[in-house]
Amino acid sequence: MSSIAEQFGREDWSRHTPKQKARRFAIFALSALAILWALGSIEIIWPWVWGAPGQMGDLFGRMYPPDPTNLGTILRVLLETVNIATFATALAVVMSLPVAYIAAQNTTPNRATLWLGRLILVTSRSVNTIIWALLFVAIFGPGIVAGIVAIMFRSIGFVGKLLGEAIEEIDTRPVEALEATGASRFKIIVYAIVPQVMPTFWAVSILRWDINLRESTVLGLVGAGGIGIILQGAIDTFNWPEAATVLLSILALVVLGEIVSAFLRRRIL
Amino acid sequence: MLKITDLVKRYGGGDPVLKDLDLTIEGESVVSIIGSSGAGKSTLLRCINRLVEPTSGSIVLNGTELTKLRGRELRAARRKIGMVFQGFNLVDRLTVMENVQSGRLGYISLWAAVMRRYPKKDIRRAYELMERVGIAQYANTRADQLSGGERQRVGVVRALMQEPEILLADEPTASLDPKTSEQIMGLLRDLASELKLPVLINIHNVTEAKEYTDRIVGMRYGRIIFDDLPAALDQEAMDRIYSGSPHVDRGAELREAS
Amino acid sequence: MTSRPDTWRRPPFIANPVVRWAVYLGVLAYFAWVVATMPIDWTRAAQGIERAGRIFGGAFPPSYERSGLLIDGFLESLKIAILATAGGVALSIPIAFMSARNIAPLPVFYLGRAIIIVARSFHPVIVAIIFVKAVGFGPFAGVLTLVVYSVGFVAKMLAERIEEIDFGQVEAMRAAGAPYASTLIYAIFPQIMPRQIGLTIYQLDSNLRASAVVGIVGAGGIGATLANAFGRYDYDFALAITIVIVGVILISEGVSGQIRKRLA
Repeated sequence: MSSIAEQFGREDWSRHTPKQKARRFAIFALSALAILWALGSIEIIWPWVWGAPGQMGDLFGRMYPPDPTNLGTILRVLLETVNIATFATALAVVMSLPVAYIAAQNTTPNRATLWLGRLILVTSRSVNTIIWALLFVAIFGPGIVAGIVAIMFRSIGFVGKLLGEAIEEIDTRPVEALEATGASRFKIIVYAIVPQVMPTFWAVSILRWDINLRESTVLGLVGAGGIGIILQGAIDTFNWPEAATVLLSILALVVLGEIVSAFLRRRIL
Repeated sequence: MLKITDLVKRYGGGDPVLKDLDLTIEGESVVSIIGSSGAGKSTLLRCINRLVEPTSGSIVLNGTELTKLRGRELRAARRKIGMVFQGFNLVDRLTVMENVQSGRLGYISLWAAVMRRYPKKDIRRAYELMERVGIAQYANTRADQLSGGERQRVGVVRALMQEPEILLADEPTASLDPKTSEQIMGLLRDLASELKLPVLINIHNVTEAKEYTDRIVGMRYGRIIFDDLPAALDQEAMDRIYSGSPHVDRGAELREAS
Repeated sequence: MTSRPDTWRRPPFIANPVVRWAVYLGVLAYFAWVVATMPIDWTRAAQGIERAGRIFGGAFPPSYERSGLLIDGFLESLKIAILATAGGVALSIPIAFMSARNIAPLPVFYLGRAIIIVARSFHPVIVAIIFVKAVGFGPFAGVLTLVVYSVGFVAKMLAERIEEIDFGQVEAMRAAGAPYASTLIYAIFPQIMPRQIGLTIYQLDSNLRASAVVGIVGAGGIGATLANAFGRYDYDFALAITIVIVGVILISEGVSGQIRKRLA
């Protein structure tokens, strides 16, 4: 009695059909080629690469032990950093509301406002906070104002986009019901749209605050206020032990921020 | 009195959904509209409060021509027309009280609406109505915490808060289990007589239509082909209303016409 | 029952009135304090309007005269992004396994999580500064920076996916007497692969964005070109670069979104 395999001549089995195999191979080869191209043409001085682990070790060696003499100043500026992030987030959230409203397909008054809303969102989102900061430092001069405005400009796009999507996804039936009661447009927004978007609003605000906390730590590097200025100063003067203190305090701040936002999220949602 | 004459509704360039429809509702009667899906029942109801824009014809409610109204006038007219929906259409994240008071939005100022400072008279009326339908204990509960029957009661109270001159109900019981469904139908009938309110109900369940309403209107392909007391709805009439499938028959009608 | 209540208040969000008012007042006081203590130089800020006019005046029309520089900068950013993604994703896999509670022993798990937390906490620009100091200016510092950045995101997401895997499949393999490596390849990899591919594409897009920024502190790529243009008050060239960055980011976001949608 012959086995099934002999009867049907099926001793080979492979997971993918030849076509799938070819496709997978092509994607794999393409990725490999891209990496090889990048490796081959990038302007890297290879001896530096081989020396990198040693250099890094050396750097961390010089950072140890962290120097806490300026801890008071560092903590004060760190608080200023938190203020920049919080204040800018609050402003951005408020300003993103009308933008989200005109950028959502189902609430925007007309096509022109829809495209205006989308333009604002895209511009805001595509330009990084640091680039915004470069611009605003040039305008307002170095300082905290440039930082706040930069973070605000970047956050409007982020919050506005997610809120706009939430508005587009609402259940339209309550809206229909309130239209049927003869309520005006604005009252329909307050009663049928706002309550549905509220959870997203809080979630997005908290998320953005968490992100902004991180972003505000680097504003100082381009002169826009916050802890970055001290870090830059310490690095420029090769004061590595102090730089280490700054880095550790940033780490603590960010971890704390994550704990706070996790708490708020649980409390509010 | 609601008087509809020569009402036509056409979506795009296709066959009209409502064809020269005439219907008059007088006094405080409860009228049910039956017919298979696609007969135009829901469109008819939505034409009355202009959630759907009629193509032509006239709808007059207590002397006001509804089809010509715009903006503020339209909203004022809509306040006089209460509507109850199949999916309840409540705002889930608001309390029952806020949902109920949203029926008064056309009457109160924007400030009062935003700050939830409802007039004393409205709050008292809300409690009266909620007690009448048995949901007063839920005033501070969020609407999404309630069962289907309770949610539909909120929907009914919201419509009644408008102090409407007519109540429209679009398949009010289609999302409910049979027992709750009978309770809601009974409630609508009783409220109609208590408040001296004409009620127009789209309904799939013919047994309920016969039991709870005073008059049955049968629709088929955008026309009214039956309009009489429930007792007159016999098997022959039922067959006429529900026979065939709208799609096939529409085709046949077109062929006859050409 | 004649006297029905005629007042109604919305149930407050925080039930305890003391806590409620404390929170309200606290928030209000905080913002008042922030505004009051903010070291703002109003005259400087007021002059800003005029300066903004000058900058935008200088920026229009955007100048594409040195598009050679622009293209070189972009190609370098692209190379940095590709290498950093490859390196970062490769490194993320072992770190993700270390940080998955259902697989790693506790000490290893803590180590893995610590690596992820550190990698995530520092903004790429800070990481870039340190690498620039350690290994010198140029794209190599950029690649290292974005490797760290990629590890922070990809390893975290991947670890979460590994923690969600269906352990029944692993048990089945063990029951069949499979060695450890085969268990890994047959029972765990297939479950995390789709996620891993999606993450990789997302991270490539993300790295391309970030590479435009880390250049500002000297880590190579288009960011360096932009920072130079800004430093030399070549606002028309800076605007041209910014416009191209925005365009490329939009395209790359669209492409990566399409690919991930097709994969899902």
